[in-house]
Amino acid sequence: MQLSVNCDLPEALPGSLVDLRQGDAAILDGIDLPTEDARRLMELGFLPGTQITAGRSAPGGDPQVFQVDGSEIALRRETARRLKVRRKKTARLDAKPRV
Amino acid sequence: MGGCSDCSSCNTATVVEFSGSQAGPKAVAVIGPPNSGKTTLFNRLTGLHQKVANFPGVTVEQHTGMATLPDGRAIQLIDLPGVYSLSPRSEDEQVAHDVLTGRRTDTPKPEAVLLVLDSTNMGRHLMLAAPILALGLPTLVILNMADDLRKRGGRVDLEKLSAELGAPVALVSARRGQGVERVFEFLAGAMPKPAPKELPILQDVPKCRQWAGHVGTQASYRAPAPPKWTRRLDAVFLHPLGGPLLFLAVVIAIFQTIFTVAAPSQTAVDWLIEHSGRWVASVLPAGLVKSLVIDGVWKGVGSVIVFLPQILLLFLFIGILEDSGYLARAALIADRTMAKVGLQGKSFIPLLSAYACAVPAIMSTRTIENKRDRIATILIAPFMTCSARFPVYLLVIAAFIPNRPLVGRFLSTGAAAMLGLYVLGFVVAVITARVLKSSILKSGRTPFLLEMPSYRWPTLTSLGLRLLERAKVFLVRAGTIILLVSVLLWGALNLPYANGHPPEIANSLAGTLGRTIEPAIRPLGFNWKVGIGLLTAVFSRETIIATLGTIYGMDPEANKEGLQAALHHDLSLGGAFALLVFFAFAMQCISTIAVVRRETGGWKWPVLQFSYMTALAYAGAFAAYHLIG
Repeated sequence: MQLSVNCDLPEALPGSLVDLRQGDAAILDGIDLPTEDARRLMELGFLPGTQITAGRSAPGGDPQVFQVDGSEIALRRETARRLKVRRKKTARLDAKPRV
Repeated sequence: MGGCSDCSSCNTATVVEFSGSQAGPKAVAVIGPPNSGKTTLFNRLTGLHQKVANFPGVTVEQHTGMATLPDGRAIQLIDLPGVYSLSPRSEDEQVAHDVLTGRRTDTPKPEAVLLVLDSTNMGRHLMLAAPILALGLPTLVILNMADDLRKRGGRVDLEKLSAELGAPVALVSARRGQGVERVFEFLAGAMPKPAPKELPILQDVPKCRQWAGHVGTQASYRAPAPPKWTRRLDAVFLHPLGGPLLFLAVVIAIFQTIFTVAAPSQTAVDWLIEHSGRWVASVLPAGLVKSLVIDGVWKGVGSVIVFLPQILLLFLFIGILEDSGYLARAALIADRTMAKVGLQGKSFIPLLSAYACAVPAIMSTRTIENKRDRIATILIAPFMTCSARFPVYLLVIAAFIPNRPLVGRFLSTGAAAMLGLYVLGFVVAVITARVLKSSILKSGRTPFLLEMPSYRWPTLTSLGLRLLERAKVFLVRAGTIILLVSVLLWGALNLPYANGHPPEIANSLAGTLGRTIEPAIRPLGFNWKVGIGLLTAVFSRETIIATLGTIYGMDPEANKEGLQAALHHDLSLGGAFALLVFFAFAMQCISTIAVVRRETGGWKWPVLQFSYMTALAYAGAFAAYHLIG
């Protein structure tokens, strides 16, 4: 049996926005989308280096609301997957380790 | 200009002078990002003195209004579409850009700008200040939603912000009217050109955001705490199970209310029309003129105006859902369903507003960047049950389906039938979208972005102005298209006029026309009288009621019974269902055809759409008549 991996989190864990569960926070690293689409996202606050927190979602988890730069923006999973993030080490340390 | 007096960089600013001989009022543009409360402020400043039109050549709505300054001078305000930036990529941004730079010949070049930003989200909203200030037009930066900022513990130093931006700043609450006098002061004052300390490279979004952050820091901006109530409400409205159930409950409650609450008000309007008609009849001498006024105009137009209370009630509910912020949550819940038919959540808002009227809905599809998605949305929008179908449904349902409680007091048979028709239109729209998106309109997906605004109480002013606008549109239609068709129909019913007597209805011009098409509609369970109604309904759906009102009005026997009872002579139960299905599917609306032609830039799509919908209506009505009749 493995103890929660959260405790052994490295400094930064690469992943994308879809990996975040409600309440998780992460730092945006880059947007893997065509320039025009990326620009739209940036105008809404999805800028590299910004902290993003996952919020509630539609039934079934798609689309999901993300708290970013003072507003709440909903993205579909297919888009959220293209937003690469690194998880902050402290993000889930306070969460109960699951066995 | 209070906010600017101690700003040293203002010394170099030139003051714009207006020549006294200038014709017409000054034009001032109002601009801001979506959800900044721009429309609320515009309503607050202009009140009833506004009008809605379209910018010629494009699909962007143009709201203009007159604001009266305390000294009595008038200022023309141009409400530009809500945009996040001025880089002209979408049509909205192009229009905003062109108006502000004076490139549109149809709109006067604004002499100043009111930039409306959400003070609770100033960091991000300030990004729009960069391209606006770079225009060099006198600008007032309006930080809206001051009440929210204060309540949630945020703060900002206006003097420092003004110094950083080199432009006057006002902290207002457009909803409550606080601070609006500062806006009037600016409009009445000298309006200096802006002199910002520095501006970022406008094309570089991260640089713009950095600049906005820097300006915020300099102005000791403290962002407010997250909106507690919005989080709490979202826990309910976006609950995995409760959310969709609540969504359904909201929709059902709206229909049930329209049915029960609207009945007395409808009776009142009915009474008014009938008694005013009687009074007019008693004044006019008997003869052709009296027949024209009473049978043609009063009966025809009156039978449509009766539905005004219901339509206003429907728009009131849509307005509350939209202004409160719930509509964005509904779009979120619906997105998965939309994705399944190949559309996106952004199609949901136009489709939802198509329940009111397809014309503004089709115009609002411009927010969909993907052209194929946009055309697919335009093609299915007229299947949504618009408010013109509503009175037709109401009349036929009331005439043929006895209103009994179905699920206790919560749902009656009448409301259930109405709901069923709404579902029918929706299902056919979904199937059509699926077919279109997997054949001629196949496309790659574009990212779906939807901002969730904080929940707010809708203001009475905004709701009132909306209803007024809708009532105007409805009455203008009743007074123009429907009046014209009613009068023409009355003429067709009275020709050929022989020996001082009108002909039997069946032998009149209209009757002959109706009987000519009767063989074609007989398989649907319609006779020639309904046929005349179908012919006139090509102009707009609710005209069929006016038509039947006029036909029965001229028939002394039917006149006594009222429209509902008289319908039973001409329609069986199967025929009534066939009529409902026909109206659910057919594209009977000149305005919609015109707007589709304009939006798609040619006759190809509207012709295809009209043929497809008519064929479907015929097949559907045929099936309904033979299954039920």
